[in-house]
Amino acid sequence: MTHPARHAGPEAHLWHLLSAVPDPEIPVLSIVDLGIVRHVRCSAEGGVSIGLTPTYSGCPATEVIRDSVRRQLDAHGYAHAVLEEVLSPPWSSEWLTAAGRAKLARFGIAPPVPPTAVPACPRCHSRATERLSEFGSTPCKSHHRCRACGEPFDHFKCI
Amino acid sequence: MSAPDARVRYLLRLGDTSLVLGQRLGEWVGHAPALEEDLGLANLALDFVGQARLLLSYAGELEGSGRDEDALAFLRDAHEFANLALAEQPNGDFGDTIVRQWLIDTWQLQLYAALSTSTDERLAAIAAKSLKETRYHHRFSSGWLARLGDGTPESHARVQASLENLWRFTGELFAPDAVDEAMAAAGIGPQLAGLEPAWSALIDADLKEATLRRPAPQPFPWHGKRGVHTEHLSHLLAEMQQLPRSLPGARW
Repeated sequence: MTHPARHAGPEAHLWHLLSAVPDPEIPVLSIVDLGIVRHVRCSAEGGVSIGLTPTYSGCPATEVIRDSVRRQLDAHGYAHAVLEEVLSPPWSSEWLTAAGRAKLARFGIAPPVPPTAVPACPRCHSRATERLSEFGSTPCKSHHRCRACGEPFDHFKCI
Repeated sequence: MSAPDARVRYLLRLGDTSLVLGQRLGEWVGHAPALEEDLGLANLALDFVGQARLLLSYAGELEGSGRDEDALAFLRDAHEFANLALAEQPNGDFGDTIVRQWLIDTWQLQLYAALSTSTDERLAAIAAKSLKETRYHHRFSSGWLARLGDGTPESHARVQASLENLWRFTGELFAPDAVDEAMAAAGIGPQLAGLEPAWSALIDADLKEATLRRPAPQPFPWHGKRGVHTEHLSHLLAEMQQLPRSLPGARW
């Protein structure tokens, strides 16, 4: 099978396909929003290489993401694509895109702020919040509470 | 010992220390004093197991005899494990776990910073990634050390006793052998003695904050990285390895 768009702009098409793969733990984010797709390369001979980087060394979602990417590529005629693990430079919350930050906030997760700053409550936007735990429901989140509206919320950690 | 052999052994030491500590922390799941700490210890466990996977996979590839991360984790016996003896010490009470964690976090802060400039690019990448995680591990363990040390007379006395008990395992952190020296000569690993001043300064600063007393240096009879372990490692491995050994090749 040959996808028509491959000849027009195969790399652009692949980025488009990857941006439809959700993060399994925060499904409002795609893996492109999360900044874990490091490269998409197409060679003149038709080879395709996709570089993925893990967020945290122990993130259990890493393998699920790999499988989802594989399925998405297989379904669109890229069964021959090679998935590479890229460790350097290490992922940090800086890789999260602006679109990704906005999606997080709308979903009720405070986007990352530096450790010295205080995340705003995603519900009422107050800065009168306190950290309950540096560890939340997934490796990438910490747990907080808003003192203004009383809402407990997750914050996407800054690392 | 050939240089490739030394590198495999060096990676096994790093990987085994992370794996064994990750398994120990995992034992807390469902048992920690509060839900937040249960999640915190489980998060740390995940990081260590993740680091172990990266290191053991690399060791297996360099070894070249077809052993992958699972074969190395599940099909070796205690004397073949090369983790620091400190990492295998039992969880004890929450204070024992925190002291063990804090001693290893302060050590890994120095070690991973040094390894992130290793001439081995793959190891340098693993170390740079792990260093980011180690920073919040240390915030967690030093934060609890201060709360327990500077808490009630009961918590202070108990965490000081944990420190006295575990301190004897810190000698191994800075005692180089032929493998460490071969790695330092190749620019792959740091000179262990060179890490001690910064480690020691951080230890003293954290202890001061926690109002705890630094124990006197003690000789250490265990050489975990050469496979000479305390009795606790075999028990840990029995639990960790039971399933893959009983049902070889089992898949979820």
